[in-house]
Amino acid sequence: MATPFTVLTAAAVALDRANVDTDQIIPARFLKQPRGVGYGQFLFHDLRAGEDGFPLDAPAAAGAAILVAARNFGCGSSREGAVYALVDGGIRCVIAPSFGDIFASNAAKNGLLTIALEEARIAALLARLTAMPGSTMTVDLPAQRLTDPDGATCDFAIDPFRKRCMVEGLDDVALTLEYAAAIAAYDRRIATEEGWRIPQPG
Amino acid sequence: MNAAPRSLFDKVWQSHVVAMREDGQALLGIDRHLLHEGSFHGFAMLDHAGRHIRRPELTFAVADHYVPTRDRARPIADPAIARMVRLLAENAARHGIAHFGLSDARQGIVHVVAPEQGITLPGLTLVCGDSHTSTHGAFGALAFGIGATEVAHVLATQMLWQRRPRTLRVTLDGALGAHVAAKDVILAIIARIGAGGAAGHVLEYDGAAIRALDMAGRMTICNMSIEAGARAGMIAPDETTFQWVAGRAYAPKGALFDQAVAAWRALPSDPGAAFDREVTLDAGAITPHVTWGTSPETALPITARVPEPRGAQAGEIRTMLDYMGLTPGMALQEIAIDRVFIGSCTNARIEDLRAAAAVLRGRRAVVPGLVVPGSTPVRAQAEAEGLDRIFREAGLEWREAGCSMCVGINGDLLAPGQRSASTTNRNFQGRQGPGARTHLMSPAMVAAAAVTGRISDVRQLQEG
Repeated sequence: MATPFTVLTAAAVALDRANVDTDQIIPARFLKQPRGVGYGQFLFHDLRAGEDGFPLDAPAAAGAAILVAARNFGCGSSREGAVYALVDGGIRCVIAPSFGDIFASNAAKNGLLTIALEEARIAALLARLTAMPGSTMTVDLPAQRLTDPDGATCDFAIDPFRKRCMVEGLDDVALTLEYAAAIAAYDRRIATEEGWRIPQPG
Repeated sequence: MNAAPRSLFDKVWQSHVVAMREDGQALLGIDRHLLHEGSFHGFAMLDHAGRHIRRPELTFAVADHYVPTRDRARPIADPAIARMVRLLAENAARHGIAHFGLSDARQGIVHVVAPEQGITLPGLTLVCGDSHTSTHGAFGALAFGIGATEVAHVLATQMLWQRRPRTLRVTLDGALGAHVAAKDVILAIIARIGAGGAAGHVLEYDGAAIRALDMAGRMTICNMSIEAGARAGMIAPDETTFQWVAGRAYAPKGALFDQAVAAWRALPSDPGAAFDREVTLDAGAITPHVTWGTSPETALPITARVPEPRGAQAGEIRTMLDYMGLTPGMALQEIAIDRVFIGSCTNARIEDLRAAAAVLRGRRAVVPGLVVPGSTPVRAQAEAEGLDRIFREAGLEWREAGCSMCVGINGDLLAPGQRSASTTNRNFQGRQGPGARTHLMSPAMVAAAAVTGRISDVRQLQEG
């Protein structure tokens, strides 16, 4: 179960790129390893190896827990390892205009908050953080409020279920099992009325 | 009183809702769960929580992502990969799951195997820890990729919590031209709506050009829904679908099949069904497409030129041009390639191999390349038709089934800086190996590139 997420005040860093796919966040060849090895070492591995001055490697970005990126962050492969790499690498919150659907879903289940804001606000944040990497921001999930490096605040939207799971660190499976009666009724209906849905080996 | 008209998606969604919460979350029953070697994270979570698989008979495991595509008689050289393939077999045996392992005649890429075996059916919900699970929507199933935590949840409960997505219908009127393939259609759609354009939506593909496609073409299109940001893409089932499904190993038989077809006939979207968004394309205007950059949204008609870094996205374009080693304004057909790859869950079915072989027949490839069938049955069928000989005589390597160079984790890789013409689904930076450059296109277009050594228009090659 993920660590509950309430209020985070931390250094933020800009990754001013669109369509950062999960292959960039963690190249596939590292996914053979169990989570226990620590996935932080694989975070943006090939980007960091291939370019000097990658934003997360700036001295001012040391200890950053908030990442601000351009549109469609986390698109592509469903690998949850991308979320493990971010979380194990110290990132607790990603802010972008939009996210890959599967990535955002994986993130919520691992205590990584994704916040979608309009492009113009993201552009301003990216500019601010590119000029001053490591500036402090505050994310208040219960209040759904973001405080930018200049102290200005804005509200953000989040799915209420996702919020509750993150704030309380809820276990989905335990929650589902509370619906045992509805599940049993559903299974009975399939078996009696829609038997064709069951695989027919041989 | 008539009920409100419903879409294909509405019908499949509603028939799987087990419970609704006030906050808008639906508990959705899952009919099929597909696993592969990478699912070990999900099994680890299940074991850690001390839980069991609730419906093993709805769960199927296939080794595909990491498997070698040659020398299968020998032990797997990479110990980490050998461990993962073994772990999948052990987990499947321990939990009583059907498993198509490396030596099984049904083995192949999970999204090729499940339809082939009749595991995929219209009207089902189907999930897998792989984003290209959208492929199965070609049958009128609601099929989507999930992460490891959701894999563990489905293993334990056969359910998933989901918020109802929005719907986007893409209508393709008219008919496709000669040598224009399903791959060109989906690349044109992604170029139109963008790599994130359908995020939060389920796509439905409809129109005369979709109805005219065979199941392989429909699978190619639904497969790449995720490259437009949609977790799922769907096509209404019809006679083409029913005929394809009939008689497959796990499909319903006899009276149960008749009952199923009756239910499937009710699935297509009702006239007047509402969609949150609509996009219409003229199929006749679609030409062969090729990507130039590091996102599938960079697809262009083969007659186009690589863009100049101008406008609001100048920085993005320049970064992609640099990585791809391209000059702004050069013609796509001037781009020389180093290798070709024909394979993947997008384009490695028998129809894809036939399309590539039709171009390669009697010709020589001037660059090396791999042909990796989507499944062992596809491989056997291709050999029965003599396609393997055409590929070999052209100078390409004929391999065994798996994901291979699409994801590049089994050792089938490009060298840094090498450029491929590839039938795959992602041209992401480093996807086919660190520093590798990938141009996405149809099987026939890859074959044409193999023959000329540069990105080429298959229409010119085949028609003179």
